[in-house]
Amino acid sequence: MSQTLLQIDGLTKSYPGVTANDNVSFKIKSGEIHALLGENGAGKSTLVKMIYGLVRPDKGNMKLDDESFKPLEPRAARASGIAMVFQHFSLFEALSVAENIALGMENPPKSSTLSIRITEVSLTYGLPLDPERLVGDLSAGERQRVEIIRCLLQEPKLLIMDEPTSVLTPQEVTTLFTTLKKLKSEGTSILYISHKLEEIRTLCETATILRNGKKVATCDPRQKSARELAEMMVGGTLNSAKPKKLKLGKVVLEAAGLSLPPQSAFGTSLKNISFQLHQGEILGIGGVAGNGQDELLACLSGEVLTTPNKILFNSNPMGHMTPNERRALGVLAAPEERLGHAAAPDMDLIENSMLTAMVRKNLSNAGFLNWQRAKAFTQTIIDEFDVRTPGPQSIARSLSGGNLQKYVIGREVLQDPDVLIVNQPTWGVDAAAAAAIRQSLLDLVGKGAAIIVISQDLDELMEISTRFSALNNGKLSVAQPMAKFSLDEIGLLLGGADA
Amino acid sequence: MLRLEKRPSPSRTWAYLAPVLAVIATMIGGGVMFALLGKDPFEAIRIIFYDPLFSEFAWYYRPQLLIKGAPLILIAIGLSMGFRAGIWNIGAEGQYIIGALFGAGFALALYPTESPFIFPSMIVLGALGGFLWAMIPALLKTKFGTNEILVSLMLVYVAEQLLASMSLGLMKNPEGFGFPGSRNLQQYASAHNAEIWVGSGVHMGVVFALMAVVFAYVLLARHQLGFHIRLTGESPKAARFEGINPNRLVIFCLGSSGALAGLAGMFEIAGPSGQVNIAFNSGYGFTAIIVAFLGRLNPFGIFLAGLLMALTYIGGEIAQSSLGLPAASIQAFQGMLLFFLLAVDLLTNFKIRWAKAEVTL
Amino acid sequence: MDLSAINPTLLVASLMVASTPILLAAIGELVVEKSGILNLGVEGMMIIGAICGFAAAVVTGSPMIGFLCAAIGGASVSLIFAVLTQYFLSNQVASGLALTLFGLGLSAMIGQSYVGIKPPTTYKLALPLISDIPILGPILFSHDFTVYAALVLVFGVWWFLKYTRGGLILRAVGESHDAAHALGYKVVRVRIMAIMFGGACAGLGGAALSLVRVPQWTEGMTAGSGWIALAIVVFASWKPERVLLGAYLFGGVAILQLNLQAAGVSIPVEYLSMSPYLITIVVLVAMSANRAKSALNAPAALGRVFHASR
Repeated sequence: MSQTLLQIDGLTKSYPGVTANDNVSFKIKSGEIHALLGENGAGKSTLVKMIYGLVRPDKGNMKLDDESFKPLEPRAARASGIAMVFQHFSLFEALSVAENIALGMENPPKSSTLSIRITEVSLTYGLPLDPERLVGDLSAGERQRVEIIRCLLQEPKLLIMDEPTSVLTPQEVTTLFTTLKKLKSEGTSILYISHKLEEIRTLCETATILRNGKKVATCDPRQKSARELAEMMVGGTLNSAKPKKLKLGKVVLEAAGLSLPPQSAFGTSLKNISFQLHQGEILGIGGVAGNGQDELLACLSGEVLTTPNKILFNSNPMGHMTPNERRALGVLAAPEERLGHAAAPDMDLIENSMLTAMVRKNLSNAGFLNWQRAKAFTQTIIDEFDVRTPGPQSIARSLSGGNLQKYVIGREVLQDPDVLIVNQPTWGVDAAAAAAIRQSLLDLVGKGAAIIVISQDLDELMEISTRFSALNNGKLSVAQPMAKFSLDEIGLLLGGADA
Repeated sequence: MLRLEKRPSPSRTWAYLAPVLAVIATMIGGGVMFALLGKDPFEAIRIIFYDPLFSEFAWYYRPQLLIKGAPLILIAIGLSMGFRAGIWNIGAEGQYIIGALFGAGFALALYPTESPFIFPSMIVLGALGGFLWAMIPALLKTKFGTNEILVSLMLVYVAEQLLASMSLGLMKNPEGFGFPGSRNLQQYASAHNAEIWVGSGVHMGVVFALMAVVFAYVLLARHQLGFHIRLTGESPKAARFEGINPNRLVIFCLGSSGALAGLAGMFEIAGPSGQVNIAFNSGYGFTAIIVAFLGRLNPFGIFLAGLLMALTYIGGEIAQSSLGLPAASIQAFQGMLLFFLLAVDLLTNFKIRWAKAEVTL
Repeated sequence: MDLSAINPTLLVASLMVASTPILLAAIGELVVEKSGILNLGVEGMMIIGAICGFAAAVVTGSPMIGFLCAAIGGASVSLIFAVLTQYFLSNQVASGLALTLFGLGLSAMIGQSYVGIKPPTTYKLALPLISDIPILGPILFSHDFTVYAALVLVFGVWWFLKYTRGGLILRAVGESHDAAHALGYKVVRVRIMAIMFGGACAGLGGAALSLVRVPQWTEGMTAGSGWIALAIVVFASWKPERVLLGAYLFGGVAILQLNLQAAGVSIPVEYLSMSPYLITIVVLVAMSANRAKSALNAPAALGRVFHASR
C-alpha cells in the first residue's frame, strides 16, 4: 500500500472579486499519477501555484511526507522535491539547451559535467536531446523535453505537469506517457493537469475534479466514461453542435502550390500548399502549434503577400492583394492571438470594430471615420453574440478570454463574408462560449459561406468539419471527408505520414 | 509592501492631474537643486515661473511666450504623431537647422530683390528642407531597417557642421566686416518673418503652430491616417492585420515631423533670430521632445506644454542674468520636469496597493 | 599639404587615447543592453562623470579620487533612469532623453566654477627602455593608465558574459524577462545593477575626457560621444570584442581628421568634423542591411517594459 506523499487540506485562495480555490482537499500517493481536471477558470492553476510556492494560501494547509509544507517561493518547493513543467515554457531561445537547464537549477555543476548528465538522463527516459543546440531551433516537443529534463535532474518526488500535451503530436504523447510511467515505477508521483479526458483515462489512476474553485469529486477515471467526467467538470449536460451536411458547392477559394520561406529566424516555411475550398463547407485543418498555422493564415488574410495566382478567389488571383482589398471581396480572417493581433488590447471595442469592418460596413468616407456607425455595429455584435461587457466603450483587454473571442468571431461573421478563415476559434474559451462559437460557424456555412478552421483541438474538428486536412511542418495533406478518418489516422497525418 | 495593479482602463483623473503634479514637483525639486548650489530657491523659482508673466517687465516677456512657444509647439506636434506610432524622430534639431538653411539660403540668394512671392517660397522651402533631412532616416529605416533614433541623431551633428560651414562660407555676409554669419534677414523686408501685430509676439510661425494643433487633432480623432498611427503604436501586430503598410507610415511620420521642424527653423531664422550663424540653433528640437511627452502626445496638451516650456526658457534667461546661472542649467530643470512626469504617469495606468508580502506570478 | 607629416605610430597611439572615453562608455552600455535595457542617457551620464571627476580631482589634487567620483556620479545619475524604468515602468526612450538633458544641465551648473582650471596630471606609464622601443613602445607601453584600464575592463566584461553564472543570468534576463522571472531570478535587481554599471563606466569615460584626453572642463564637452557609444554597441552586434574594434575605429576617424587638418589637407574643417557621424550612419546601415545575422545577437527583450505583477 503506497503512502501519502502530499496531503492538501482545506486550501482556500481569494482574489478581489473571485474565489479561485474554495476549501479544496485531496491526497496524492507516492508513485501515483494523479489528474487534476477542470475547465478554464476552475482553479487548477491557482491550486498548483500554491503547491509550487508561487502563491500563498489564505486558509488551509499542506503536508509533504507527513510534515507541514509551506513553501515561500519556488526555490523552497524545489528544495523539498517538487518540480513543475509549465504550460508556457520558460526557455531562452538564443541560449543552448545546457545553458537553459543550468538557469533552471540552483547549483548547476560545471558545464562539461552538466552536458554529460543531460545526455545520460535524456537517454534513460527516452527523451533524446543535444545539450549544445540552441533552444530556438527545437520543436515544441523537444522544448518540452528540455523542461522535463531540467526537472528530472533535480530528482523530484512530485512532478507537476500543466497541460503537457497541448503542443505534442499523438506519437510524442505516447513517448511522454512512457516516460511518465517509468517515473511512476521508480516511485515519483505525478500531478497531471489537463482537460483532455481521453488521455487522462489512459494515463491516470486517480482524478480530482475542480469546478468554480471547489472540489467536485475524486475518482478513478478509468472507471468513468469521458462524458461522465466532462459533465462533472461542467456541471450539466453539454450541448454539442449539430453539423449540417451539405453538398459541396463551387470552389470559392483555392491555394495552388503556395510556398513561403520562413518569415523569422524561428518560423516555419510553407511548402507547396494546395487546397480547394467549396461553398457551404468547413475545411478543418488540424495540426500541432508551430507547423505553419500562423504563416498560412497570414498568407490567406493578406498580411503576407505572395505571387498573385498562388491564391485564387473565385478563380481570380488574390495572392498580391492587401488585407482590405481581400475584405472588400469578402475574404475575412480571425488570427489565433485575440489580444494583440485580432484586437488591440488597449483600444476599445468600437475602435477594434473599425479595425476590420471599415471596408465592409462603410465606416469610412473619403478617409474620415464614422464613429457613430462603428458604435452601432459594435453594439450589434455585443447583442447578437452575447458578449458580456459593460458596453462598446470597454477596452479589449478588460474582456474575459471567452467574451473577447465571441466578439472577434462575431465581428467577422456579422460582416457577411464569403470566406472566413479562423485560427484556433475556441482555445482557452469556456465550454458554453465554445459551443456558441462553433454553432455560429455552422450557421454561417448554412447561409452559403465557406470556412477554414485551423485548430489543434481534434475533437472540435471532428465535430464541425466537412472535410479534413493535416498541416505538418508546413505541408498540407490532401483534404478528405471527415467521416473517413479515425483518430489514429489523424495522429499519423499530424506526425507527417503520407495520407 | 507596495504592489502595482494594472487598472482595467486608464484613469482619466490622473491623466489630467499628472502633468500638474509633475510641474509642482519640479518646482520643489528645482528649488532644492538651486539651494544646493548656493542660490535662494524661492527667488529662483519666482524668477523662472512668476516673473515672466507678472513682473514689471512682463509686457516684454509675455509675447516671448508665443515667440519661444511656437517653434516648440510646431515641432512637438510633428514629433507626437511619430511617437504615437512608435517612430522615434530624435533628430528634429537637425531638420530644424536644414529647414532654416533652405529658407534663408533662398532669401539670401535673391537679395536685394523685393517681392511678395519670396516669403511664401521660403515657407515651402523650409518645410521641404526639413522633410528631405528627415527622409534620410526614413528611407534607411524602410529599406534597411536601420534604427531611426541613431541615424536622425547623428544627422543633427552633421547639420550643425553644415550650419557652421554656411555661416563661415557660402552664406557669409560680404558686407559683414569679416565677422562670421549671414546678413540679417530682419532687415530684408520680403524675407522678414515679422510680427503681425507689433508687440504681440504673433508672427507667421505662431499662426502655423495653431493651425498645426487643430490639424493634428482632427487627423488623430477623425481621420483614417490618425487611426492608423494610433493603432501602429498600440499594437503593431494588429496594425499589420488591419493592413497598414508600415513603411508608408514611417515615411509620413518622419516626413511630416521633419517638415514641421524645418518650418519652425525657417520661421525662426527669418524672424526672432534673423541671422545664419553658429549659435542659431538653441536646442528647440530636443526640448520639443519633452514638450511632446509633457503634452502626453495630445495636440491640445502639447499646446499648453509648449507654453509652459517657453516659460521656463524665458525664466532661465532671466535667471542667467540676475542670478548668474549658466544658460545650460535650465536644461537640468527641463530634464527634471520630464522625470517627474514619467514618474507620476504611472498612476494613470496602475493602482498602488498595500499587500502583505507575497510572491505572485 | 604634406601627408608625410603624419606619423603612423603616433597616429595609432593617439587613436588609443582618443578612443578610451567612448570605449568605456560603450562597454558599459553593452552590459546594460545585454540585460534588455536601452539607455539613451549615456551622454548625460558621461558629462556628469566628466565634471564630477574634474571637480574631485581639482579639489583633492588626486586624479584617482577624481575617477572614483566620476564613476559614482555616473552611477548615481543612472539610478534615476533605473528607478523610472524599473519601478515606474516608464518609457525607456523618454527616460533616457530626460537623463541626457538633465545631465547636460546639471553638469553645466556644477561646472560653472571650474572653467579654465587645469586638473592634476594623470599617471602615465613610463617603463625604462621598454617604452622607448620604436613603434611598439609608444603604442603599447607609454600610455596613460586609463587606456590600460579600459582594455582590462573590456576583457573582464567578455569573460563575465561568457563564463560566469552571473553573466548567464544577465543574458537570460535580456533574452526573456518573463522566462527569467518565472525561474525565480530577480529581473529588476539584475537590471538595476547593469544600469548602474553602465552609469559608472560612462562616468569613467567622461572623466577620461576631462582629465586625460582634453584635459579641461567645458560645458557640453562630450559633444555627442555618448551617442556614438550607443552606435558602437549596435555596430558591435553586442559583442565585447567588437566594441573594442568599433571604439578604435571611431577614435581613429576623429584623430585622422585632426591629423589631416594639421597636414594642411584643404577640406574645410566642418566636413572633416562631420565624418565620424557620417561613418556611424554608414556602419549602422551596413549592420541593419545584414539583418539575419545581427538581429539574432540583439537581446530579444531589448527596450520592452517588464512588469512582474499581473
